[in-house]
Amino acid sequence: MSELRELYQEIIIDHGRHPRNFGFLPEATCHQEGFNPLCGDKIILHLYENKDVVEDLKFEGSGCAISIASASLMTECLKGKSRNEIEEIFNLFHKWVTMNDVPDEFKEKLGKLEVLGGVREFPARVKCATLAWHTLKAALLGQNLKLEVVE
Amino acid sequence: MQVYKKDFPIFSQTIHGKPLVYLDSSSTSQKPSCVIEAIAHYYQHNYANVHRGVYELSERSTHLYEKTRKKVQWFINAAHTHEILFTRGTTESINLVAQSYGRTHFKAEDEIILSEMEHHSNIVPWCMLQEQLGIKLKIIPVLETGELDLLAYEKLFSSRTKMVAISHASNVLGTINPLKKIIAIAHAAKVPVLVDGAQAFPHMPVDMQLLDCDFYTFSAHKAYGPTGIGILYGKTALLEKMVPYQGGGSMIEKVSFKKITYGQLPYKFEAGTPNMAGVVGFYAALDYLEKMGMKAIVQHEQELLAYATSKLKAIPGVRLLGTAPDKVGVLSFVLNDIHPHDIGTILDHEGIAIRAGHHCAMPLMEKYQIPACVRLSFGLYNSREDVDAFVAGMQKVHEVFN
Repeated sequence: MSELRELYQEIIIDHGRHPRNFGFLPEATCHQEGFNPLCGDKIILHLYENKDVVEDLKFEGSGCAISIASASLMTECLKGKSRNEIEEIFNLFHKWVTMNDVPDEFKEKLGKLEVLGGVREFPARVKCATLAWHTLKAALLGQNLKLEVVE
Repeated sequence: MQVYKKDFPIFSQTIHGKPLVYLDSSSTSQKPSCVIEAIAHYYQHNYANVHRGVYELSERSTHLYEKTRKKVQWFINAAHTHEILFTRGTTESINLVAQSYGRTHFKAEDEIILSEMEHHSNIVPWCMLQEQLGIKLKIIPVLETGELDLLAYEKLFSSRTKMVAISHASNVLGTINPLKKIIAIAHAAKVPVLVDGAQAFPHMPVDMQLLDCDFYTFSAHKAYGPTGIGILYGKTALLEKMVPYQGGGSMIEKVSFKKITYGQLPYKFEAGTPNMAGVVGFYAALDYLEKMGMKAIVQHEQELLAYATSKLKAIPGVRLLGTAPDKVGVLSFVLNDIHPHDIGTILDHEGIAIRAGHHCAMPLMEKYQIPACVRLSFGLYNSREDVDAFVAGMQKVHEVFN
């Protein structure tokens, strides 16, 4: 049960059930859809960006506890961050959930997002944790396209 | 209840420290030792190309290959051996009919009747014809119980209807469709019927002459046989009118650069060196099914289905999808606001393999307005203990989420 507990920590169950920043953002400057064709998880991200700073972001969609919690935690963490800061967090987060030997300092830098590290032991679920993040990346690259994540 | 599990070596292992409970046979079935051994034996003793050599090994190989065709004919009570074509599986069988029969017999504005419960493999090949030829798809709706709306079905026919393509049993709802009635209605309108039998074949007796369908398709890997081998049954009159699906060796009579004469049935549709080991392995699987007896298999699986249905219904928050009176051993459900993938991960940790997702039936998910569901499906190796392990696993799901 320990690996499972590591994956389904209370904070993940909470954010999965009661996602923060969930809904439409009328003033958004960008809308981006992310879709996982293998499991049907879907995230629509709405970003309001002003002078390279993501001042607000919200999301809609449906998916498993991991993908919804990851999107919820991501929106909390990234609000008010600049593009450069976001890129740094994205890279840290991606390494954190996919690699086994990441330095401890990552944990501090990631703050709450650290809880998603439990997916490392569940390779089939990594894509759930990264769906929102890949959607965000596509949004910032200005693709404004449907994005399919097959990780 | 008879215990078939001992015939399947995969069950001698543990998964995450727990005995393996495999509840995903609709997706693919596990293999009995006799199938695994038959394939190894074939490679070790009898392997050579079929229909080619004048030497001993090739003759043996050809004999085993053709013996399987006869066995399939017998098993599904087809009128002729040449009506049994070897393909890669159900998907290829349906694509073969769509591309060979469909492309020469359908034209723009012609209509094909499908149902809302079809697997993507009985949707996409027809959608491709929609793009290629401009045909139209007419869809039989599914009722809340998971049964087809037959009144609506009858109204879908028009003078432009050219084919009905329908599953024998649903891979999500488990519903066994009333094929005799469906086929009789189509034939009264002079429309041929293709049956996707992937979910029915190893779970009930299937009789081509009784059903009177025009095409029937199924896969060996769902019937305790190897992957990469499947069957297309077609009535002689239809197969003879059809053009080859693929060109190559084996399927020809004469070849020059100016003119090709195609071979006779069934070889016209079996281009290239076939999956011979797959065919040999499938023979062993059919032999196994015969020995166990279809009657006993049906009884075993129906008992399990009834037991699991009552257990599942007793779990608070479970919404069962598909409650038709006539079902194969398939149970799909959703549980409150807990996503099927989370259930799948937690059950896997208990050594229980179930399927979570859209089950290649996205239109059906849309009908029930769910993104995904959990599915358990039985093979003859499953037991009441497996269902009990699943119920205990669901308790773990409850613990994690509450």
